[in-house]
Amino acid sequence: MSGISENGGGNAPAAVFEFSHYGFQYEAQQEPTLYDIDLVIHKGEKVLIAGPSGCGKSTLVHSMNGLIPFAYKGKRSGSLKLFGTETADLGIFEISTRVGTVLQDSDGQFVGMTAAEDIAFALENDCVSEPELHEKVRTAAGLVHIEDHLSHAPGELSGGQRQRVAMAGVLVADVDVLLFDEPLANLDPAAGMDAVELIDQLQQKTGAAVVIVEHRIEDVLHRAVDRVVLMDRGHIVFDGTPDALLSSSCLPPCGIREPLYIAALRYAGVAITEEMRPASLSTLRLSEEDKKKVADWFYERPQRKKKAEGAPLLTAEHVSYSYGNGRKALSDVSLSIREGECVAIVGKNGAGKTTFSKLVCGFLPLKEGKIRLREQDLDRLSIKERADHIGYVMQNPNQMISKTMIKDEVQLGLRLRGLPEEEIDRRYEKVLRVCGIWGFRNWPVSALSFGQRKRMTVASILVLDPEILILDEPTAGQDYRHYTEIMEFLREVNEAGITVVIITHDMHLMLEYADRAFVFTGGELIADKTGAEVLTDPALIEKASLKTTSLYGLALMCGIPEASEFAAHFVATERERKHQ
Amino acid sequence: MRNFFNYIDRPSPIHRMTGASKFVCLLLWSTAAMITYDTRLLALMPVLGLVFFFFAKIRLKDVSFTMGLVGAFLGINLILLYLFSPDHGTEIYGTRHVLFGGGYFVVTAETLFYLLNYVLKFISFIPIVLLFVCTTNPSEFAASLNRIGIPYSIAYAVALALRYIPDIQEDYHEISQAQQARGIELSKKGGVIKRLKGAASILVPLVMSSMARIEVISNAMELRSFGKKRKRTWYMARPFRALDIFAMLFTALLVAAAILLNVLNGSRFYNPFV
Repeated sequence: MSGISENGGGNAPAAVFEFSHYGFQYEAQQEPTLYDIDLVIHKGEKVLIAGPSGCGKSTLVHSMNGLIPFAYKGKRSGSLKLFGTETADLGIFEISTRVGTVLQDSDGQFVGMTAAEDIAFALENDCVSEPELHEKVRTAAGLVHIEDHLSHAPGELSGGQRQRVAMAGVLVADVDVLLFDEPLANLDPAAGMDAVELIDQLQQKTGAAVVIVEHRIEDVLHRAVDRVVLMDRGHIVFDGTPDALLSSSCLPPCGIREPLYIAALRYAGVAITEEMRPASLSTLRLSEEDKKKVADWFYERPQRKKKAEGAPLLTAEHVSYSYGNGRKALSDVSLSIREGECVAIVGKNGAGKTTFSKLVCGFLPLKEGKIRLREQDLDRLSIKERADHIGYVMQNPNQMISKTMIKDEVQLGLRLRGLPEEEIDRRYEKVLRVCGIWGFRNWPVSALSFGQRKRMTVASILVLDPEILILDEPTAGQDYRHYTEIMEFLREVNEAGITVVIITHDMHLMLEYADRAFVFTGGELIADKTGAEVLTDPALIEKASLKTTSLYGLALMCGIPEASEFAAHFVATERERKHQ
Repeated sequence: MRNFFNYIDRPSPIHRMTGASKFVCLLLWSTAAMITYDTRLLALMPVLGLVFFFFAKIRLKDVSFTMGLVGAFLGINLILLYLFSPDHGTEIYGTRHVLFGGGYFVVTAETLFYLLNYVLKFISFIPIVLLFVCTTNPSEFAASLNRIGIPYSIAYAVALALRYIPDIQEDYHEISQAQQARGIELSKKGGVIKRLKGAASILVPLVMSSMARIEVISNAMELRSFGKKRKRTWYMARPFRALDIFAMLFTALLVAAAILLNVLNGSRFYNPFV
């Protein structure tokens, strides 16, 4: 039926993918994106491909699923074989019968009106008869535990559920390889953990080879993988077991974050070897001497001074909100944010984080409770009037940009407020310098990178001189380097005296940058404490669908009961190193 | 979730009809309502419409909002029609029975009769459109379009449009709020020019973010073999039944009746005044 033959000779497991001296250069690019790749992926193997943004890992995925060379044109060199046949000699449809891809954007890739139709999509295109279609959809849905949601529209499913639908949608085709492109990027921590566990189960049930592309390696290593391939600037820089990778020092130079427990061990002066099985906290073996080193590092920590507490700036009292369909989105939330603080609002999707911030900005009408800015009741102010005090930055910068030149975009809010020309120029220059994009001021917006656009959208809000800046997932989809760049910038903004509120489900962000965290679940505020305290409180974590930090596990392992202080010490140490 | 198709899922014979046959019926029905002013036929059609509503188990309160809008629109229309030409009935029917008033604002039996026909046209047409919208599952509609000979790429394009409309609505809403926060005036407080400019500042980011989505969608479709074969099957497909055929024949008869009446009347109007 197809031109693919299995070449499973000998005892070694057959190669599914075989890259040899493979390279690729996109048509519009000056330089190749992949150079001289030599990589074999065997049948039934589970491989993690990690690397920073722009390292070529997406291009590698596109090469495997056939989008290269069939959808993206460019210059291909060397050879890439799927079951012994050059992929370029196969068609994209032939490749897709063997290779199933789950893309990163769980909403965009959902092409059906309902879950069932989306799962059936590949079969429909293959002209499978209707009764068989229904049966196969049910089976695949059962594999990913989504069978009770078959008639749901994408809008009625959570990100994790949509991802399961996407998985079922490739499982129906009985593929030999499952490719996951950044499966954790848009999920909250608990859903991400479920996804990693589900991928593991699927591999065991189907026997398919699994390739996961992700830069959050600690989260992926929650379940064992056979091999990690580390990429940087279009080259493979490491290809080996996770234990070997974590005992090497390959990760930091590539801009990939080491698992936190590994970093903590290094700060404590513990030498990490392959024999310690460092791939995951559950396999890690520490000698008594190592444990003592960790405990010493913790107990001999210096006293650090706390940030001074400001006066209450934004106060919410007994705020409740229900949507038109009767769904209660917030119930009786009271909280207070102080001047100069940087706080995080965390919780899984639908917990009420976004509803709360929309009420603050006036995007939704407040019906129950009070929200005050200092002594002023916000109820009386329009969206525009509130915006003079409270700036809101959307998750996707492209959703905010309406002008083609940076200058016009940043000055927009000022012009609409009819400020005098000199005042506009003065504020504009100041804000562009603060945001570090003064050097780009004459560029068109389209020439900016994602991180630069983010800065520009923050600049276009900061220019209005707000006292509070609310940011929705400012680092979503960013690798460690860009994450650090954006967050360090926001820290500077915060240090300049602006109160920062970050809505996020990134636990690292909360731990490292927030003075305090508000934990929401099911519309209720269930905790108001530091990130380190939240992440070392298993009962709270369970209730809010978050995930404990591995620092908690490490502290327990080393006999340190003060887990939250341990986490706080780690964060402080890391910050000091970063600023050295 | 609001959608263009305000599908209401209830078990009824009309729900069980295929979307395509309902679509054909809708086209034929509106053709019939469009081409004739014959009062007898126009009076029959709303009655039939109500009967279908009953069979489809669609309650008045399901569609009361739309009905209200249509009613208001119809009212304004009638007033304007009268104001522009109070003697329009005479131009059509040739006779003039003054009921009351005089001068320009005369009220004649002919004009009232003409307006009555106008109302009947509306109320024979609108309920059927609502019925179609409420009883047709959008995905099944795409499947049945393909079945009546429309290429599947076009049928699926319709399905995709319906799929992403709520997403785009949501985007629009969010962008609009964020832009208002920056001071863009969209409320009635601003003048027309200001509001048009404001709308542009939402459309630009909306179009840009929708364009970005297209690449993901087309990749996702290609990776799952869309376009592999000349035909495809449909998960939501439903067989044509006797009722489908019967309904299409019946509405075709209505069109035939409308044409026949036009011929018999010698014009599009039924004239009771001679």
